[in-house]
Amino acid sequence: MCIVSVISVISVAKNVCPNLVWSDLEAKKSMKLNFRVNGVEREIDAPPMKRLLDALREDLRLTGTKEGCGEGECGACSVIVDGEALNSCLAPVCQMQNANIITVEGLARDGKLDPLQQAFLECGAAQCGICTPGMLIAARALLDANRRPSRDEIKEAIAGNLCRCTGYVKIIDAIEQAASAA
Amino acid sequence: MAVGQNVLRKEGYEKLTGAARYIDDITLDGMLHGKTIRSSIPCGRIKSITFDPDYDWSRIVVADYRDIPGNNYVALIENDQPLLAETEIRHCEEPILLIAAESKHEAEVAARHIRIEYEESPPVLTIEEALEGDRIIYGSDNIFKSFLIARGDVDEGFKQAHTIVEGEYRVPHQEQLYIEPQGMIAIPGDNAMTVMGSMQCPYYIHKALKHVFNLSDEQVIVIQTTTGGGFGGKEEYPSVIAAHAALLAHKAGRPVKLVYDRAEDIAATPKRHPGIIRHRTGVTKEGQLVASEIDILFDGGAYVTLSPVVLSRGAIHALGPYRCDNVRITARAVATNTPPNGAFRGFGAPQVTFAYEMQMEKVAAKLILDSVTIRQINMLREGDITATGQRLNWSVGSEDVFNAVVDRKKFFEKRGNAADKSDLRGKLYGIGLSFFFHGAGFTGSGEAKMKAQAGIGITPEGRARVLSGSTEIGQGTRTIFSQIVADELGIGCDDVEVEEPDTSRVPDSGPTVASRTCMVVGRVVQLAAYEVKQKLLRFVAERYGDADVKLIEGRFDANGKELASFSEIARAYLDLRGELKAYASYANPPGIEWDDETYTGDAYPVFSWGAMVAEVEVDPVTWAVTVTKITTAQDIGRAINPVLAAGQIEGGTLQAVGYGVLEELVWNRGRIINNQLTNYIIPTSLDAPEIETIIIEKEYPHGPFGAKGVGELPMDGAAPAIALAVYDAVGHFVTEIPITPERLMVVAG
Ligand code: FES
Ligand code: FES
Repeated sequence: MCIVSVISVISVAKNVCPNLVWSDLEAKKSMKLNFRVNGVEREIDAPPMKRLLDALREDLRLTGTKEGCGEGECGACSVIVDGEALNSCLAPVCQMQNANIITVEGLARDGKLDPLQQAFLECGAAQCGICTPGMLIAARALLDANRRPSRDEIKEAIAGNLCRCTGYVKIIDAIEQAASAA
Repeated sequence: MAVGQNVLRKEGYEKLTGAARYIDDITLDGMLHGKTIRSSIPCGRIKSITFDPDYDWSRIVVADYRDIPGNNYVALIENDQPLLAETEIRHCEEPILLIAAESKHEAEVAARHIRIEYEESPPVLTIEEALEGDRIIYGSDNIFKSFLIARGDVDEGFKQAHTIVEGEYRVPHQEQLYIEPQGMIAIPGDNAMTVMGSMQCPYYIHKALKHVFNLSDEQVIVIQTTTGGGFGGKEEYPSVIAAHAALLAHKAGRPVKLVYDRAEDIAATPKRHPGIIRHRTGVTKEGQLVASEIDILFDGGAYVTLSPVVLSRGAIHALGPYRCDNVRITARAVATNTPPNGAFRGFGAPQVTFAYEMQMEKVAAKLILDSVTIRQINMLREGDITATGQRLNWSVGSEDVFNAVVDRKKFFEKRGNAADKSDLRGKLYGIGLSFFFHGAGFTGSGEAKMKAQAGIGITPEGRARVLSGSTEIGQGTRTIFSQIVADELGIGCDDVEVEEPDTSRVPDSGPTVASRTCMVVGRVVQLAAYEVKQKLLRFVAERYGDADVKLIEGRFDANGKELASFSEIARAYLDLRGELKAYASYANPPGIEWDDETYTGDAYPVFSWGAMVAEVEVDPVTWAVTVTKITTAQDIGRAINPVLAAGQIEGGTLQAVGYGVLEELVWNRGRIINNQLTNYIIPTSLDAPEIETIIIEKEYPHGPFGAKGVGELPMDGAAPAIALAVYDAVGHFVTEIPITPERLMVVAG
């Protein structure tokens, strides 16, 4: 990472975490953070600039959320934060205080797939499966906001989620199917 | 019947809930994190390596070539690629040192405290420079491998020709870009090494580790974890990462995880071979090919790795699915000081397909024939003979696929003069087609030598378990194997399990490559299931006094009387005899002959066939090409699982769209400078055309339930179909991909 981007990340962090002082960031001191993940209250102790992605995967052992690029391009790390899908590789964890986070692990209930997951399974929308958690999250966020999206709206909504296996055809089919079943 | 049904993906639940464990999801007690230190120059020698004396190295494990207990090479075809450079550097990103630390971050920091100084030599960076021979970096002429395929008399053919057409075509590197970056975890043992990770070919790694550590078959265990895409990219390179992780683990005496980030993955791992392909074609007035001379040049990169076999497949496919009695194909793979190129879905065929389809169109244009007619005149049909002299005896779906997508009337209605094609938005519409084939399985005598093995075991619950080294990489191996076994045994798919690919538990089924998993290994799995069935039938017959025993729909009956279910009988067998397992191995169908010396004969037991129509819009101001629709028909013998098969076709087609219009690696002195997803662009959902897939089933009598290969065929046809649609739209004939706006603008003048 070049110096300019370090500084800009730190200034972003200052904006989003106004109670931080520079020395906290520089010393990578841990801070206590409380948020809700998949309906469960969690507390973690983490350096404020830790990526949400790492907090989920390392601190909470929720490894369903994946890393494909680490720079906001592939969407494999998508999670829903307060109703909106975002790339957890770009979000510092200090931004998550009191947030409500949904990850792929939060979709199925009591071992039963949710309609979107079921549609992905039936349509063949998951091949290698590495993009799937992010795709499901992007699709969930879309359907929560728009219950009957058109094919074009679906394409738009998953444009930030790369899949190298499927050609997207069956992913779009699955989201359409889940929407029409709802 | 399970075959032909859209049975749900076997490991679907785990993949959809986030429960599937990919390599980076696994953490072991005491595990260190590794990092590879690589060369920053393309060619030269290491002068010195300095470890910053002010840095605390006591926490860091460092390994170099001197730590290798066995051989310093990555075992593959030629064993010429060192695991770690000693003094000589042959390409940028060549691994020199390995370090491991308690965290990834600490390893990164430590890496910054190592300084390597080099004595640089001028590198060979392009095919042209390699051929000029001013600097020799391999053998006496910089040529890794060459092939000649000759049939008939080309000189005589050109004499008969009414018209001779020449063309030169250029194809670029392409990155596989599986979304899961490469990675391994190595666990050291007492005179033993276990490695797990993201891979296509556990037995390639097994072999490589044995050579690096001087260990025996039993001392090395390789286990595949859930793998997030491969596309060839995880065929040979995982051996390097596995051996690196293992070397660190060996030195540290602790498990070591080595997972690449995207930048390292793109910069260092193999790409599709770039190439230059020249055609000289002689045709009669009516458009029949009478002579064809083709010269192929592939850039192999710095080490031999897989280049000979990629080149071989390229050469064999170079004439395309066309008839011509006088052929001369020369093919060379050259050495350059760039990272070795390797396997990528299609394996030499997409490169030559772009060239032969563009050339076909050029020939048609010269003769004032249309795209459809020229292909129909020359198309290979059943009984015809290919460039290597192979007579096509079975399962030839050429006409079927062609007719399924090319409706003459509609095609020519849509195709017209570029001038009056612009719509209200000013976009220019174009339509183009391609016709192609792909040989499934290893080339030539490969399968006969490999003798792929697979087995079926019976679990204590009386279920069948597939034992195979073929990996699931998203393409559906586990599901289709279950379907094949279910039908062979007459049981349900849910009563079939698939063993994890673990070299201590599954036999060597050969690598998961070359569209061979379904057709070749699937066939062996079916044979093993047949063996199990026979054992159980004999067992029941013996116990019931030589009764006439049948296994129908999962139930055994003797002399027409229902006895018990498959699982009950299987459990009874285990109770009495202890174990039930059967293995089978692959043999080529009768009559398949190949001569490696003359490069003649049956190059593959069978071919899969494809045809494609691409529709594009070109913006006449920006020259941006948008692929709006692809219609394709592919003859794959039999779709064991139509949804999975269509998924292969759609996914491969979109990768090929990327190859045709988007994906371009930018090089600076032997180094990739756009090694990020922000600047190496692969298709998103918004770049993806509508894809209509038609599956044609010309059953192959020696495949499992008639199936042939499907994995690679879809990668072959899109680039030329799109290029020809662009030609139709703007009237400019491109000879080089990707057709980026910049490139098209130059062609358009
Ligand atoms: S890992 Fe976050 S967008 Fe790729
Ligand atoms: S299913 Fe493999 S990347 Fe989407």
